[in-house]
Amino acid sequence: MIRADEHHLRNGTLKAHSDQKQQGSNSLKNGFHVAGKVQKNANGDSFHQPRVRGEDSFEEAPMYVAVLTYMGYGIVILFGYFRDFLRAVGLEKCHQAQEREEQKDFVPLYQDFENFYKRNLYMRVRDNWNRPICSLPGPVFDVMERVSDDYNWTFRLTGKTIENVINMGSYNYLGFAENNVDFLKTVAEETRQYGVGVCSTRQELGNLSIHENLEQLVAEFLGVESAMAFGMGFATNSMNIPALVGKGCLILSDELNHTSLILGARLSGATIRVFKHNNMQSLEKLLKEAICSGQPRTHRGWKKILIMVEGIYSMEGSLVRLPEILALKKKYKAYLYLDEAHSIGAVGPTGRGVTEHFGVDPNEVDVLMGTFTKSFGAAGGYIAGKKELVDYLRSHSHSAMYATAMSPPVVEQIIRAIKCIMGVDGTTEGQRRVRQLSENTRYLRSRLKEMGFIVYGNQDSPVVPLLLYLPGKVGEFSRAMLKRKIGVVVVGFPATPIAEARARFCVSAAHTREMLDKVLQNLDELGDHIRVKFSRRRPSHRQELYNETDFERDS
Amino acid sequence: MAAGQQWVLVEMVQAFYEAPAYHLILEGILILWIIRLLFSKTYKLQERSDLTEKEKEELIEEWQPEPLVPPVSKDHPSRNYDVVTGPPSHKIIVNGKECINFASFNFLGLLDSERVKLKALSSLKKYGVGTCGPRGFYGTFDVHLELEERLARFMGTEEAIIYSYGFATIASAIPAYSKRGDIIFVDEAACFSIQKGLQASRSFVKHFKHNDMEDLERLLKEQEIEDQKNPRKARVIRRFIVVEGLYINTADVCPLPDLVRLKYRYKVRIFLEESMSFGVLGEHGRGVTEHFGVNIDDIDLISANMENALASIGGFCCGRSFVIDHQRLSGQGYCFSASLPPMLASAAIEALNIMEEDPGIFRLLQDKCKHVHKALQGTPGLKLVGEPLAPALHLQLENSSGSRTEDLKLLRAIVDYSLDRQIALTLARYLDKEERFLPPPSIRVVVTVEQTQEEIQTAAQCIREAALNILKR
Repeated sequence: MIRADEHHLRNGTLKAHSDQKQQGSNSLKNGFHVAGKVQKNANGDSFHQPRVRGEDSFEEAPMYVAVLTYMGYGIVILFGYFRDFLRAVGLEKCHQAQEREEQKDFVPLYQDFENFYKRNLYMRVRDNWNRPICSLPGPVFDVMERVSDDYNWTFRLTGKTIENVINMGSYNYLGFAENNVDFLKTVAEETRQYGVGVCSTRQELGNLSIHENLEQLVAEFLGVESAMAFGMGFATNSMNIPALVGKGCLILSDELNHTSLILGARLSGATIRVFKHNNMQSLEKLLKEAICSGQPRTHRGWKKILIMVEGIYSMEGSLVRLPEILALKKKYKAYLYLDEAHSIGAVGPTGRGVTEHFGVDPNEVDVLMGTFTKSFGAAGGYIAGKKELVDYLRSHSHSAMYATAMSPPVVEQIIRAIKCIMGVDGTTEGQRRVRQLSENTRYLRSRLKEMGFIVYGNQDSPVVPLLLYLPGKVGEFSRAMLKRKIGVVVVGFPATPIAEARARFCVSAAHTREMLDKVLQNLDELGDHIRVKFSRRRPSHRQELYNETDFERDS
Repeated sequence: MAAGQQWVLVEMVQAFYEAPAYHLILEGILILWIIRLLFSKTYKLQERSDLTEKEKEELIEEWQPEPLVPPVSKDHPSRNYDVVTGPPSHKIIVNGKECINFASFNFLGLLDSERVKLKALSSLKKYGVGTCGPRGFYGTFDVHLELEERLARFMGTEEAIIYSYGFATIASAIPAYSKRGDIIFVDEAACFSIQKGLQASRSFVKHFKHNDMEDLERLLKEQEIEDQKNPRKARVIRRFIVVEGLYINTADVCPLPDLVRLKYRYKVRIFLEESMSFGVLGEHGRGVTEHFGVNIDDIDLISANMENALASIGGFCCGRSFVIDHQRLSGQGYCFSASLPPMLASAAIEALNIMEEDPGIFRLLQDKCKHVHKALQGTPGLKLVGEPLAPALHLQLENSSGSRTEDLKLLRAIVDYSLDRQIALTLARYLDKEERFLPPPSIRVVVTVEQTQEEIQTAAQCIREAALNILKR
């Protein structure tokens, strides 16, 4: 079953030429310049043929799963109350840190429900998060073994390490989390020369020439006029959105946007309205309504309307419907803020993000935002776009004014990674990685679907959520995978809707086929064992998709 | 009892059978009518738009938004950044001129420490640069745990938590505890990241005059009276005082012992931001608590960044586990951001090692601070703002020209004059429209342990000359 918002579903088996036609007609309708920008990038013209753009899929679970899920939560909550009762009468020891004696008569610092959830639900599965590692977060890593003597209230490191665990959790899309001495030579040089800090803000005396070099390179990489870099991806959103919109402006935000976007929107003081995830009808309705009736009460026209979306949604693995949004944005004269935290480097034939993936001119997006944490294996974020925009941010961004500038070695790592992807370092390594990532992604996704798992998102998205639904399976899944030496991320409420707990894999270009096969084999066994193969789609249909699209670009 | 009721029931059923059909129909309609009344809205929603599709299209056609960003004039003072080539250490190259650095917050000179660099390099070799994940999802490295433990031990608290960005530290910590409906008492001179934290918390914010304990007590008393009126509500309203240890905007110290006294009298929690005082004040550099000899457990939360004295990147909060642990699930900048690159954490650990091994460095810094403070006294036309123990002072105009832009231009001319004479200074920058209480324009003078007596004299002399030349006109 497909969700209602999945209108005009195109299955992935569309032939390349028919897709080309479709793109052509799209571009006529919306005035996209499909050609142009993308072509100018060197090496690998073979990638520029229009690609099969798969739709996002959100298969719904059978009804009984939802019932069981809610029952599961019900049981845990009942037990929670029971144990709270035991704690209250002193039959069970309470391990929670307590308020100081001197401050017992203060107003309690925490609300009760929040604590209830943490005490009785989170504590049962707490060992699945914050697992400390003691190696590079590459395709495999070493996890420090920890045990709990008091049912997850505290952990004790045993001193042993679980070595060579396959890493399916880190956002290391292009494998730039690496410690090869040759690759890191320039980074080491910068460290030796600069040290690690800056001790001043960009506006004062923290504007190093290497920061400016980085910004030029980012702009060039993205194919836009100008860019500015910031020290933290989260803060790039939360500290720059307030500089762009304010009172009297309207923000239309996708319901699944990242916390940093939501925080930025809140701090800006603008009115925020939320549209359904990737749902164009919902967005258009809001746009129309907003312009026709203006601001609430006064009915004055909005100063500006900003649509905020992400390139790849990190919990759903879905891709933004960029061409449709651009068409709407043009029709209604709104501005578009595109957060490419997960998509930059990870999608598009040469790794330039969703704009390239959809064959859209990046200059059509008003604000391009992205992070360096993921594909580039560094830290920080950027905002890119027209020169006026970036100049304005240079003088009005909270971050440029009050936050310490980026660390020089980190800057160098980003420069190195971008140069590698662009091929200006004289190798084709970067492009090989982009291609490898795309191959790995499609391989893992199609095999998972074949096995009968419910997998969300777009076939090209390296974020692969595998639905587990039941709270009891979440902990078991993660622990069993770690026993099989595979590190996975599981997420549940409140990061996802309450009935849709899931595991999330992040595919990397550094994963070898053997690693993925090992992961898949273990998943197959485990999936049967704990019964999480909920999909009811017929496998033959997917087989076709997988054959056509996966190896198309192998040759 | 039963007999009487039964009789009524029988009576009713009988009446039902005996009633004429029209009566039943009428009653039926009445019942339906009541149900309708119950479930229909009691008021009519205001007709929002009787607009036809065509009118709507016209409206959409007519609507013209403002440009995304207003144009910035080319000579906007904050448009043209000073460019630093090479490392921003004691000797700094600003706009191509080599200068002595009186502008970077590198108080202890740890930025160019060989030991720190070596430690960072060995970490780079092992872990690479990025962590590729938030703390929850395999972004917790052994060095993070070590750094947290070391910071907690250094400060003498139960627990510490690190953030990957100094600005985000207090800005995330405040909204983790204080929610809508809670009350925060905050000093007017509080820095921008505190202001953003207050805004994100959506709590009720009450400002008291800078370092004015009487004003704070007045507000607390007002609240007490308010509480007595509505004691039930008062039982759930959390209250906090948010202050800085050493204010970045005014370069003076908060009266911490008085604050602690008020804390217990009015049952308010204290959050202390120590970015300027951590690694500066106190015999061992533990900040204002050590400076005043206040028990650190009396402060509910201490936050500081590692970007000044420690010369790395990021920030931390420390305090009792009861308080700090909560941020591991509720600190937005902690949960939803990639963790600190391990090499930066390693550098911070090594910087802590240096601080612990040689507490003499703090005395040295204090001496330099006093020296600079003394040397800058009596600069003609300029007012020195700040206490003798503050490592980041402000020079403000004695007589403002009345226009902020003009003032900034004058001060910028002094900075340029000094830059030409190899003294690197900078203007203190603020977002004029965003600051709650905009500090007056000033030149920032930063003291570090690397500055020699002669350099300090030269700088003071240079500033004096500049002031004489520029402000005379």
